[in-house]
Amino acid sequence: MADQPYGLIATFDNTGALYRAAEKVRDAGYRQWDCITPLPVHGLDRAMGQKRSIVPRISLCGGITGFCTGMSLIWYTDAFDYPVIVGGKPFFSPLFAFPVSYELTILFTAFATIIGMFVLNGLPMHYHPVLKYRDIRRGTDDLFFIVIEAVDPRFNAAETRDLLARIGGRNVEELET
Amino acid sequence: MSHASHETDAPAILAEVNPAVLPRPALVEHDRSYSWITEKICGIVEGKTPTWWWVCFIVACFIASFTVVGLTYLVSTGVGVWGHRSPVNWGWPIVNFVFWIGIGHAGTLISAILCLLRQKWRTSINRGAEAMTIFAVVCAGIFPVFHIGRVWYAWFLFPLPNSNYIWQNFRSPLEWDVFAVSTYGTVSVLFWYVGMIPDLATLRDRFEAAGRKTRSFFYGIMAMGWRGSARAWNNYEMAYLILAGISTPLVLSVHTIVSFDFAVSLIPGWHTTIFPPYFVAGAIFSGFGMVLTLMLPLRAIYKLEDLITQYHIDCMCKITLATGTMVGYAYAMEFFIAWYGANPFEGFAFINRAFGPYAWAYWIMISCNVITPQLFWFKRVRQNITLVWVLSLFVNLGMWFERFVIICTSLSRDFLPSSWGYFSPTAIDIFTFFGTFGVFSVLFLLFVRFLPLMAMAEIKAVTPQADPHSEHHG
Repeated sequence: MADQPYGLIATFDNTGALYRAAEKVRDAGYRQWDCITPLPVHGLDRAMGQKRSIVPRISLCGGITGFCTGMSLIWYTDAFDYPVIVGGKPFFSPLFAFPVSYELTILFTAFATIIGMFVLNGLPMHYHPVLKYRDIRRGTDDLFFIVIEAVDPRFNAAETRDLLARIGGRNVEELET
Repeated sequence: MSHASHETDAPAILAEVNPAVLPRPALVEHDRSYSWITEKICGIVEGKTPTWWWVCFIVACFIASFTVVGLTYLVSTGVGVWGHRSPVNWGWPIVNFVFWIGIGHAGTLISAILCLLRQKWRTSINRGAEAMTIFAVVCAGIFPVFHIGRVWYAWFLFPLPNSNYIWQNFRSPLEWDVFAVSTYGTVSVLFWYVGMIPDLATLRDRFEAAGRKTRSFFYGIMAMGWRGSARAWNNYEMAYLILAGISTPLVLSVHTIVSFDFAVSLIPGWHTTIFPPYFVAGAIFSGFGMVLTLMLPLRAIYKLEDLITQYHIDCMCKITLATGTMVGYAYAMEFFIAWYGANPFEGFAFINRAFGPYAWAYWIMISCNVITPQLFWFKRVRQNITLVWVLSLFVNLGMWFERFVIICTSLSRDFLPSSWGYFSPTAIDIFTFFGTFGVFSVLFLLFVRFLPLMAMAEIKAVTPQADPHSEHHG
C-alpha cells in the first residue's frame, strides 16, 4: 500500500473553470472526489452531483428533544417533584412553560445542527493527505482544486491524470497518503 | 382564469418593453481580488501590534477595573452600596442589563435576519457585529447576577438539584429570562464560532507558510482541520442557514421575554401589551447605533473603505432610521393608550414620565431616540461619516435613558403616594456601569487583534468573480 497514492490533485484559477470541470468529473462517473474552494461556490453542490445535506434532519431531532425537555422539566419540577403554590397559579400549564421550552428548542437545535455538521464533515480532523500538498494553503486563499481519490473504482493513474488535464486543471500531481 | 390570460399576453409585452437594468451597488469596491481580501483582513491579525491598540487596550483595562473594584466592594459589603431601594428596587443594574442586552441584538439581526433576507451587504459587518453581541451579553450578564445580592448563589437560577429540594418558579418571567439570555449567549457564541471556522483555517495556513508554528497551531486547533472541501461546504452552508433560521426567532424572543419582566407585572407604565415589539425595535435600534459606533473608527483605522462602503453605511443608517421611527411611534402609542384606556394610574404614569421629577430623562430620551434618527433621511447626513458616528453616540445615550425612564419613573411613583420615592444612583452604581464599557472594549480589542475581523470567505462569495456563470474572472 505504500506506493498507492491518496489521489490526484489539479489546480483551477477561478470558480467558472472549477464549476465546468466539476460537471465533467461528475459525468465521468467518479464518486470519491472533492473540490477545495476558499469560498462556498454557488451551485457547485449540483455540479458535483451532491445530494442535499441531511443536517436539517439532525436539527429537527434536536429541536423536538429541546421542546420536550423544556415541557417535561417544568412539569417534573413544579408540578410533580415539589409543587409550591405561587400566586394561586396552576402547578403546570403549557402556556407558562412555553417561553422556556421555546428557548430550549432553539438551544438544542443549535447544538444538534453544529454537532451534526461536525460529524458529517469529519471535524475535528487532525490530519488529511490533501493538507500535505505544497500549494494547499492557497485553497483557503484564492485558488481552487479538484482532488480525485485513488479508492474510487474508476481511478486509473494515467486516465484520471489525463481527464484532469483535459478539463482544464493545471499542475496535476499525486498526493501521498 | 386571469392568470392564464396574463401568460398568453406576456411574450407580446416583453418584446416591446425593455426592462430597466438597475445596477446593484458593488459590495467590494475597486474590483478587488480574492487574495487582496485575504491579505487585507489577515494583515490585521498578522501585522505588528499597532501603538494605538496598546494605548486603547491600556485605557480599556483601566476603565474595566472600575467594574472589578465596584463589584468587589459590592460583594464584600452588600447590595446596599448600590442606589436602589424601596420603592425603586430595580434601579441601574436592570437598566444596564436591558441596555447591554439590547445592544447585542443588532449583531444577531445582521448575522441572522439579514442572512435569511439575502441582504448580501451584511458580509462585511457581520463578524464584528456578532462579536459585539457576545461581549454585550457578557456585560449584560454581570448586572442581574450581582443584583440577586448573594452572587455565590447565582446557580440557584438554574434547575440544578440541591439540598433545599425546592425548584425554580417557572411561572415567573424572571426565570424565563434566565433561559432566554443564557440560550442567547450560547447560540451567539456558537454562531460566531461556526462562521469563523473557514477564516481560522486561512489564518492557520498563512501562519504555517510564514513559519510561525505557535500561532499556526493555535489557529489550527480552532479551525478543527477545515480544508475548504466542497462536500464540507455543502453541510456547512446548510448548518449556517439553519443557525440563521433559529437565531431569528431567538433574537425576537429574547427581548420579548426581557420585556415580559415588565409587562407581566401590574405596575402602571409597565403593564402594556406594546412592550414586546417596542422592546425589540428599540433593541435593534440601539444595536445598530453601537455597530456604527464601533465599525466606523475601525474602517478608518484599517482603511477598510473598499469593504465597508458608503452603501453599507447607508443601509445601516436606514435601518437605524426605520427602527428609531418605530420606537418613536411606540412612545406616541403608549401615551395614546394611557389616555384612551381611561385608567387613572396608567394616565398618571405617563404624565409623570413627561412632566414629573424625571422629565429631564424623558426629554433626553425623546430628543436622542426620536429626533436624532430622523436626520438619516438626508443623504448628506449619511455621507458625512463623522456626523453619522456622533449621531450613533446619541442613539446609544438615548436608549440607555429609555430603559432608565421606563424602570425608574414607573417604580418611583406607582399606586400609593405615601410609598413614592426618588431614585438616585450612588458613585458605586456609576463606576460599575462605566467600567462595563471598559470590559466591552477590552474584549473587542482582543477580538480585533487576534481573530479575523471580517468573514473573508463570505466576502469573497459576494464578489463578482465568485459567480461561476459570469465571465468576470479577475
